[in-house]
Amino acid sequence: MTDLLTISGLTRRFGGLTAVDAVSFSVNRGEVVALLGPNGSGKTTVLNMISGHLPPSGGTIALSDEMISGLSPNRIALKGVARTFQLVRGLPSLTVAENVIASLAFGHRKLWGAAARTEALARLEEVGLAHRADQSAQDLTYIDQKRMELARALAAEPELLLLDEWLAGLNPTELRTGIELIQSLKGRGITVLLVEHVMDAVRALCDRCVVMNAGRKIADGPTEKALSHPDVVTAYLGGGHA
Amino acid sequence: MKSVLSLQVALFVVIVAALAFLPVFASPYGLTLMIGMLGYVTLATAWALFSGPTRYVSLATVAFFGIGAYTVAVFSESMAYPLLLLVSAAIGLLVASVVGFATLRLAGVYFVIFTFGLAELIRQLVTWYEVNMTGTLGRYIFLPVTPEGIYWQLLGLAAITFAISWGVGRSRIGLALKVIGDDEVVAAHCGINVARVKLALFAVSSTIITLVGAIQAPRWTYVEPVIAFNPTVSFLTLIMALLGGANRLTGPLLGAVPLFLLFEWLSANFPNHYSIILGLLFIAIVFILPRGVLAFAEENWKRWRRHEVKTVPGVAE
Repeated sequence: MTDLLTISGLTRRFGGLTAVDAVSFSVNRGEVVALLGPNGSGKTTVLNMISGHLPPSGGTIALSDEMISGLSPNRIALKGVARTFQLVRGLPSLTVAENVIASLAFGHRKLWGAAARTEALARLEEVGLAHRADQSAQDLTYIDQKRMELARALAAEPELLLLDEWLAGLNPTELRTGIELIQSLKGRGITVLLVEHVMDAVRALCDRCVVMNAGRKIADGPTEKALSHPDVVTAYLGGGHA
Repeated sequence: MKSVLSLQVALFVVIVAALAFLPVFASPYGLTLMIGMLGYVTLATAWALFSGPTRYVSLATVAFFGIGAYTVAVFSESMAYPLLLLVSAAIGLLVASVVGFATLRLAGVYFVIFTFGLAELIRQLVTWYEVNMTGTLGRYIFLPVTPEGIYWQLLGLAAITFAISWGVGRSRIGLALKVIGDDEVVAAHCGINVARVKLALFAVSSTIITLVGAIQAPRWTYVEPVIAFNPTVSFLTLIMALLGGANRLTGPLLGAVPLFLLFEWLSANFPNHYSIILGLLFIAIVFILPRGVLAFAEENWKRWRRHEVKTVPGVAE
């Protein structure tokens, strides 16, 4: 397997605070990797730097040997990176279908008109939202907004999909559907890097985990091994339980 | 779909053609009124082209309007008339590109304040230049353009503006503008070059506004910065577009026509209290119809329909 994403020495400072401190890891093509860590450990900041939402203060990010660190988010999107956001970001003045068309029309495929509409409906079908295609996006429930956001990300046909707590707040049935959905992506050759707190989902989905604490990487390896690493246990449960 | 489209196009052509014959019947006062109205319809539609979907509320309308008028005033004796219009449009485009490049990263209220400041800055610069360099404040414009000529030019510009606005609304760039208006972060992550789209539409909108000023300039015969850069033009344009609904093709038109007539009537009958009434009207529109008449009517229509369905026995249960 070859590396799709290679991160080395990635650093982000906000004023005096170092949110991400010289983090290095890589994600192989076709892998599903979880980025874990307690709240405030810098996971979302790492995703934001990969997608171009935030420029890094130092270090590099490469996508299949091509440097993407510091590029604008629209250029990174065109190179095959799509994402969802921790707090769902729908486009409220558009319909559900238009939300998906937004990523079809400006992504690398540049679909428009009837072709874009057909493709958008297919993507919505995939996440179980086709019947709401012509509703206003602002009328969707929280869960459906998450589905719509995933359909929008998938419509870009990304090589690398970044999911920021996409499974958070789902009920047990929805969680099962959600896990199946992410599993099906693996079969399609999409590489996934996800930030997640739902441990059952992480165990079910992820080949490998990268664990962060206070901006630093503290573990990196196969899921069970990484989760039982003494530093990870300490980070989550506190020193007394280790 | 195709037949609806060709019907709309046919209707548009018929209306424009009918309006083109108006000067034959209209009185001189009627023609003056029509020139003013067409001017504001074009200003409001051009304003909404950029500010409607993106929600970047611009108060720079009069900056560009004034640039158009002043360019005509300055070069009226040294250039042929058609060339005057081209030069005005080019200067408007240039200023819009420079200003847009520097400021479109400002969002929300900062953009509003900047655009307001820009109009004032240009007015002060022109005043300073005229007083210190040319030694006079005002300029006379003597151009052999008849009121009919101005009317037809404005009608042509209005038709072009509508065509552009219609085309943009159906194209990918129109969707890009709406996505930007909703969430610029998502827009960028969808692959949209946010800065370029905003700059392009701001430039197109500002160039049209510049041309409105340039075409109307010969009507004034005398201009000075206070007249050409009067901030009321920016506010009127904004409130007209908002009244009709800045997110729809015909919204600015529906706001501009009644408000223009109302302002004409007010300034003729209440010349001393005109500004007070204007201010109250602005407040009323923003409070009562924040999203415009068209959106308001549509929502009520839907609500009424839903209500009607519910009151049919057997459906509610």
